[in-house]
Amino acid sequence: MVLDFDATGFTVVDHRDIPGRNVIALIQDDQPCLVTDEIRHFAEPVLLLAHEDRGTLFSAPVTLQVEAGTAVLDAGASQHVFKHIKIEKGNLARGFERADVIVEGTYTTGAQEHVYIETNGVIAVPEGEGGMALYGSLQCPYYVHKALKVLLGDAVKALRVIQVETGGGFGGKEDYPSIIAAHACLLALKSGRPVKIVYDRHEDMIATTKRHPAVVRHRTGVTHAGRLTAIEVDVLMDGGAYCTLSPVVLSRGVIHAAGPYRCANTRIEGRVVATNTPPNGAFRGFGAPQTLFAMEVHMDRIAEALGLDPVTLRLRNALKPGDTTATGQKLGEDSSALQVLKEAVRRTRFKRKRAQWAGTGRGIGLALFYHGAGFTGSGEVMLGSRAGLETTAQGVRILVANTEIGQGTRTMLAQIVADGVGVPYEQVEVSPADTSKVPDSGPTVASRTCMVVGGLLTRAAARLRDQLAGVSPAEHHARHGRLHVEEQYAAPEGRRWDDATYRGDAYATFAWGCDVAEIEVDPVTHETRVTKFTAVQEFGRPIHPAMARGQIEGGSAQGLGWALLENVVMRDGAMLNAQLTNYVIPTTLDTPPMDIVMLENHYAGGPFGAKGMGELPIDGPAPAVVNALRHAGLDVRSIPATPELVAKAIRLAPSLIAPRATTSARPGPASPGAPTP
Amino acid sequence: MNFTLNGQPHELDAHPLKRLLDVLREDLSLTGTKEGCGEGECGACTVLIDGAPVCSCLVPCAQAEGCEVVTIEGLSGDHPLQRAMLREVGAQCGICTPGVVMAALALVESAKQPSLARMREALAGNLCRCTGYEAIHRAVLAAHAERHAQ
Repeated sequence: MVLDFDATGFTVVDHRDIPGRNVIALIQDDQPCLVTDEIRHFAEPVLLLAHEDRGTLFSAPVTLQVEAGTAVLDAGASQHVFKHIKIEKGNLARGFERADVIVEGTYTTGAQEHVYIETNGVIAVPEGEGGMALYGSLQCPYYVHKALKVLLGDAVKALRVIQVETGGGFGGKEDYPSIIAAHACLLALKSGRPVKIVYDRHEDMIATTKRHPAVVRHRTGVTHAGRLTAIEVDVLMDGGAYCTLSPVVLSRGVIHAAGPYRCANTRIEGRVVATNTPPNGAFRGFGAPQTLFAMEVHMDRIAEALGLDPVTLRLRNALKPGDTTATGQKLGEDSSALQVLKEAVRRTRFKRKRAQWAGTGRGIGLALFYHGAGFTGSGEVMLGSRAGLETTAQGVRILVANTEIGQGTRTMLAQIVADGVGVPYEQVEVSPADTSKVPDSGPTVASRTCMVVGGLLTRAAARLRDQLAGVSPAEHHARHGRLHVEEQYAAPEGRRWDDATYRGDAYATFAWGCDVAEIEVDPVTHETRVTKFTAVQEFGRPIHPAMARGQIEGGSAQGLGWALLENVVMRDGAMLNAQLTNYVIPTTLDTPPMDIVMLENHYAGGPFGAKGMGELPIDGPAPAVVNALRHAGLDVRSIPATPELVAKAIRLAPSLIAPRATTSARPGPASPGAPTP
Repeated sequence: MNFTLNGQPHELDAHPLKRLLDVLREDLSLTGTKEGCGEGECGACTVLIDGAPVCSCLVPCAQAEGCEVVTIEGLSGDHPLQRAMLREVGAQCGICTPGVVMAALALVESAKQPSLARMREALAGNLCRCTGYEAIHRAVLAAHAERHAQ
């Protein structure tokens, strides 16, 4: 490594400057903070430079001498498996023996970039005697705190991590902030001065995590009557160069892989492997959108093979209360697959449009899905989250590490506490998410904040109310000083999970959804336009209906982007289109009018009956759109379904789209002067 | 350079090629205007120059010489559109919101109630990753109704 510049005025840090362990601590601790001898992906940090003048900093040339090795860029060819999971139920061979028809298929989903409009950014500030404060745009202050403790060791005596107003996350600020926080702290430690790092959009897109690309293979046995007798699924995810969160992403993916259906004989096997690309990580849905996409597109192919309509096939197999999932979890009364399906079909006039639109270039498709709320398996027990309340001169303060990143955490938790304590909403405030002030209530991920942390606060509020004994919090505070209560998570009675066999209650409960996409395919440009989108979802009970609706609308738009527009193009292990100019997310013009329906089916274990709902909305749009394309006659099995991909499908089924192309007199911006197909 | 900013005349010394966005945020500490992409794609940095919405990340500050610039700080905080964005939850994380508000002002002020198609076209340069835009449309319509009911 050669610094080709006068380093006066610069702070220069490499791996030798790390006082603790050179690792970004998370699950496997395999990712170094700064390279020592081996670079595993092209965006891997090697050397850190800081300067008080941005222009000078950016013009400092550094030459790196490297010896090139052989990169593994194809997940299918990778021998390095981060995690392998097998879920077995019943007897697969017997299930296939009972089948009249066997349907097979392979489905692929692409990477997805979060495109939070605010890029990753942190500021490290040395404080007092050996102290350090890290301010950042982040989801999980305690994840960052734990990683920095390992990295900085005894060099920092008092460390605190403070989340500042965060311009979106979607999973993209779950683990990556630990990396730039580490960089900023090392530079601040060496220089003794505050250090600010804010990625520009290009840096953010090339270096930070993406949704795991996946290949999902299905082999399904079914009777002529449309009963599923055997489900065999193989899932392959590309983890990138380091483990990060991949094992848990795979876990959620495989658990959801058989969809919301009843089948006595199921085998699901999944692997997440290493490749030489920047690590993939958390993205809303966390592995489930990939496997649910595959299952739902496969279900429409099964229906096609049987000559059944997609609704009937689903009605015959959808999970009901009392049924068991692939892991053997017995479902409670709050299981609403049939309810969401029937309501979505009814209000979209699905069957009529299905019949009327055949052969017109228009299509309508649906997807039925569910999403486990909270951490998988024993995750919540291992977290052991703590949440507190304290009285203030004005009322009550909520003490949690869960962050407001746009989804409404502060409002929703304050509503829960106001009702629980019995004080007006205005008297409840939420403490800043500062690790020196709030307990570790776990990360803001996995659709857990409302159900799990809100649940803890419900208990804390009840205790506080008891202790106040009819006196208002402000009055009690004035008389007796601060009153503080704290609650810690304990597993609900009777919940069982075995990490070794992957059997048992994978989630506390599930939220349910059915999405319907209505589309038309432009015969000239082969663009797929979603003309209307309907989402019928049940997640217990919305605590703040307007914000919950916003979660569904926003999550659906992200799902539509993943389905049709968002194409991460990789070349030689690097993202080629790392700009908003050519990585396209939905604009107002790409987002259809949405009909949002929130059905209620209260969950006894959640606050006021609520379950988790942040991720559910992104599970359905992609399969609903691709099933609508299938209805339009186009056999698409991977996303994003770009015009190029649709064009290929049209070439394979020209008669199906041709009538629209030749008879269409529809005026539109693309029509005048466009070449005749 | 000399220009009018949020109704007040301003004189400042800046390199003529410095981005207007940086002049606003760094020289004038008006951090309501956000940077999302730095290449004119996301609209988070939208300000009004002589009444027209522009991406301030694409404007060398010299181009604002003699112009009237309005940023989100130029609104009262109590503008019908700002209140409607709150009420309708048109903002989730809020990072795109200042740009969206500046771009949508003309829709709120226009005499005729904007159609959905017109709103979509007018706001197509402002990316929002949180809302799916539906709540933003609801907010614009509500603000328009309030503005013209007076």
